[in-house]
Amino acid sequence: MTKRPAYSNLVKTMREGKFLFTGELEPRKMTDLSSILHSAEKMKKTGKITAANVTDGPQGDAYTCSMVPSYLVQEKVGLEAIWQMTVRDRNRIALFGDILGGAILGLKNLLALTGDHSALGDNKNARPVYDLDSTQLIDLVSKMVDDGTDLEGNEIEGDKIEINVGCAANPNSNPRGPEILKVGRKVRLGADFIQTQTAFDIDDAKDFLKELEQFNVPVLLGLFPLKNYGIASYFDEYIPGVSVPKDLLSALKKAKKEYKEDKKKRNEVIDKINIEFFEPFIMEIKKTTKAAGIHCMAVHYERLFEPLLKNF
Amino acid sequence: MIITQQKDIEEIYDMIKSYSKILIVGCDGCCQPPRSINEAKVLAQMLELKARSEGKELKWKAITVLRQCDDRIAATTVRPFIEHYDAIVSLSCGLGVVMMNKVFENILTYPAQNSLFGGAENNAENYFAEYCETCGECLLGVTGGVCPMAGCAKNLSNGPCGGTVGGKCEVGGYTHDCAWVKIWDRLRKFNRLDLFNKYRPPRNYRKWSSPRFAEINKTYTNEEETMEEEK
Repeated sequence: MTKRPAYSNLVKTMREGKFLFTGELEPRKMTDLSSILHSAEKMKKTGKITAANVTDGPQGDAYTCSMVPSYLVQEKVGLEAIWQMTVRDRNRIALFGDILGGAILGLKNLLALTGDHSALGDNKNARPVYDLDSTQLIDLVSKMVDDGTDLEGNEIEGDKIEINVGCAANPNSNPRGPEILKVGRKVRLGADFIQTQTAFDIDDAKDFLKELEQFNVPVLLGLFPLKNYGIASYFDEYIPGVSVPKDLLSALKKAKKEYKEDKKKRNEVIDKINIEFFEPFIMEIKKTTKAAGIHCMAVHYERLFEPLLKNF
Repeated sequence: MIITQQKDIEEIYDMIKSYSKILIVGCDGCCQPPRSINEAKVLAQMLELKARSEGKELKWKAITVLRQCDDRIAATTVRPFIEHYDAIVSLSCGLGVVMMNKVFENILTYPAQNSLFGGAENNAENYFAEYCETCGECLLGVTGGVCPMAGCAKNLSNGPCGGTVGGKCEVGGYTHDCAWVKIWDRLRKFNRLDLFNKYRPPRNYRKWSSPRFAEINKTYTNEEETMEEEK
């Protein structure tokens, strides 16, 4: 298919070939979004973050929707949002309606996701929807943006919808075969960019990026700086296919133990551990792969952006 | 097979406790585990004991039917007994219970089972898995005979999702197989990954939304024809 125009600053920057960074914001069960906006402010201040993902009920939890915070982050902070949308909770009618709503609000990036199953979340007995899958959601967005219609070909009135759509890819997938085929199918259906799940193994990450090159679509490699030992061990244990390097885990554990009372010092040490691990990691990715940049999922850990990205 | 699980005895008893004579009807059809005459008798005895513990007397008779969901078979087998009883307890799946209520309009048939799914025993005794969701648009021809509707927790048409690790699914704590990894494996084995790679557009959920009706012409086999034919 012919390349869709770059409607978002994110896709424009990717296509210019500039190595870029995206951040991540996670609205939870909240009505006050000031902490989200504050995090977005911090990201924007670094001058290094092109856009920030806004999550849609991660881990299957019932959280504040992603559309409103996406809008507010753009409107009040001036940071472009990557609006995450899962197919877990809404059928094609609701997805269509929300995409129209998001387009009216000026959202320019949509990341199409399946979504963690509701059985994993905090309302386990909910009826999961999955009317469409994430590939079909990309098909829906393509029809809306490129053809100006819904899935049935019914026309949309008014201005053209200008949204770029992205898909996820998992460098930890095992086996990798079906994952690669699936990503290829999503690109064929109209994905403008790829953001990957988190990687900790540099060789695996490079292999994976190499495999994705065939699709000729910008890829942001996902990295997850570890704010504390608790998060690191949770990640290691519970996130599908992710194993945090043992050295990193033990260094964080040591920091937790040694500076139990001194939070300031502990944070300094933890930041140093993260910078020592991730800075060379990012440098290596930038130098040796065709990745368009890094999706840095430092949720509630924005203070790391400044020192981590200062050399980029 | 229709996989069923017996309701708690308290729940069954609660449904029938206002009656003094009940007919307990097993089903020799496709219920798994079997819900036939033996199971009917055991349930009857349990209900009798339960009634006795509450100072009541419960009269019962246990019978079984070839298939409760076949109205003609149900009618001919059960009809001779019903006039002596106040209510029927069925050990069939929900389909059997509905048909019994339809056939015998003047007596209530109560369910003793919860119908779980269409499935079969899965590599281990007493462990059943769902294999068909009767979705109305069979995909098995393009998925190597593995059903993504019954086998995938998210009913994905273009899987797998990111919740699979080592071929196991995030739902159930990575103990169940990911249907889409199995599909990929099967199709790879037969060199048919072209089928995997194909985009399957959004499904027609009208075919999967209750209530469902179907008008299908029945074709009857000529009895004189042989059962096998080869060209």
